[in-house]
Amino acid sequence: MKQNSISERLINGILKENPTFVLMLGMCPTLAVTTSAINGLGMGLTTMVVLALSNLFISLLRNVIPDKVRIPAFIVVIASFVTVAELLLKAYIPFLYAALGLYIPLIVVNCIILGRAEAYASKNGPLLSLFDGIGMGLGFTCALTIIGAVRELLGAGEVFGMGIMPESYVPCSIFVLAPGAFFVLAALTAIQNKVKIAGEKKGKDMSKIQSGCNSDCMNCADAGCSRRIVNVEQNKSDDLEIIEIGDDEDLLEEQENSTEKEEEGND
Amino acid sequence: MSDLMKVSSNPHIRSKVTTANIMLAVVIALLPAAGFGIYNFGIDALILIIVTVASTVLTELIYEKAMHKKVTIGDFSAVVTGLLLALNLPSSAPWWIGVIGGIFAILVVKMLFGGLGQNFMNPALGARCFLLISYTSIMCNFECDAYSGATPLASLKAGESVNILDMVIGKTSGTIGETSMIAIVIGACFLILLGVIDLKIPGSYIVTFTVFVILFGGHGFDPAFISAHLAGGGLMLGAFFMATDYVTRPVTRAGQYLYGVVLGLLTGIFRIYGPSAEGVSYAIILGNLLVPLIEKVTMPIAFGKRGKRA
Repeated sequence: MKQNSISERLINGILKENPTFVLMLGMCPTLAVTTSAINGLGMGLTTMVVLALSNLFISLLRNVIPDKVRIPAFIVVIASFVTVAELLLKAYIPFLYAALGLYIPLIVVNCIILGRAEAYASKNGPLLSLFDGIGMGLGFTCALTIIGAVRELLGAGEVFGMGIMPESYVPCSIFVLAPGAFFVLAALTAIQNKVKIAGEKKGKDMSKIQSGCNSDCMNCADAGCSRRIVNVEQNKSDDLEIIEIGDDEDLLEEQENSTEKEEEGND
Repeated sequence: MSDLMKVSSNPHIRSKVTTANIMLAVVIALLPAAGFGIYNFGIDALILIIVTVASTVLTELIYEKAMHKKVTIGDFSAVVTGLLLALNLPSSAPWWIGVIGGIFAILVVKMLFGGLGQNFMNPALGARCFLLISYTSIMCNFECDAYSGATPLASLKAGESVNILDMVIGKTSGTIGETSMIAIVIGACFLILLGVIDLKIPGSYIVTFTVFVILFGGHGFDPAFISAHLAGGGLMLGAFFMATDYVTRPVTRAGQYLYGVVLGLLTGIFRIYGPSAEGVSYAIILGNLLVPLIEKVTMPIAFGKRGKRA
């Protein structure tokens, strides 16, 4: 797929660089508000709107904003959109506003938004930045909705307020409390890693998924990733030596045989 | 010289003590408490104990098979975890509580951190707290055929009087294994005589707790109040069987005393100032989390280091 096309940006945000499961950004709202699927969806969509619009406007202003004060300037832009979103939610979806509470103003300091502004929008054109924001926002929304749905299912026996589990199911209320967020996030990330490792074994190059790398180190939020990638590759080659090369196994067996012989001799 | 000598590195003299031996001793030491629980609460308690132990052992077996690891159920540590967890459940709990607790104890608290010796928290207590938070109403329902009404500690907290003799023998409501102080102390004496545990942690734990109750309990030096607090709830079970868990206690001598003091203080605070009547499990879990810190502070100074910590 072509680098930096609109569709590439969308898929990048949802899968390759999913902000929650891959980049591990924005953990505070991820863990705090996903007590139910609807809360996760609401938080994700609110963040997506703010992210897309702030990316668009920061990209438009990128040649005007002086480099030294760019972070405060980004925050002013982001905070404006958060205020708009907060007032709209308060006016039209009051139950969601009540459920999300403090976490709506906290979107201002959500590191996904600031991260995309710094890493992408301030260096790319408005249209691509808009779709980068939408892609990232959709990825965030998907992740939050899935986490919220799993927590709601286990903790209350419902998804989106509809009873799913049989009547006899006793809700495991720890899942709607804070510890449950960590359990579910860890389990889902583990599944994500399992899929990635399975793909690696089939010979697909998955190393870039881990680092969220688009081979563009200049514009990358994840500085210092090269060390990690090198380690991954080293591990891979270690595995290869032990598992996949038949000759080595024979060698090992020979070594074992010879040591056994020595021991027999010793006895 | 044709006869080659077999050269091996030290140690050359090995003791016969193995993990399996120690764990088996703990299982035997828990049998009086379990037996009294079954006598006291009837067949429900027996079923719950069997289900919970089966759950922990099977979880360990399936996990190790699935992950292609060495199967370690032969060391009885999973049995100890299951038995301790079952003794911490009320007899009225449905069987699936034991299953979920067993899976959580072994899978999440023990195996995901690397198995026996790597878990930072006592698996049985971790699972008990998980169940207590998840299924509060089930875990706090001590109604059964033999007894109805509050546990002695809850009555004590409410300001009612309790029968100390019943509490010492164990003829009160509560979890399966915690009610009988006598049965627990018999098991503990067995472990102490075998040298599996010593009195450093339980002693400092119980003494600190007693002092705390005298100072802050609001009753001054009232023998009835103090003995009710000592005999009630999970204090004895926790002090002798869970605080002394080899994996989650400090290794240093001073650290073990300090650990007991911390547990005593936390239990006292939870019981006297906390909203619920009992606080032993949370106290031990919090103590478990402090263990690395305690070990760091109390690490002995190596000879020749002249007062500088290694």
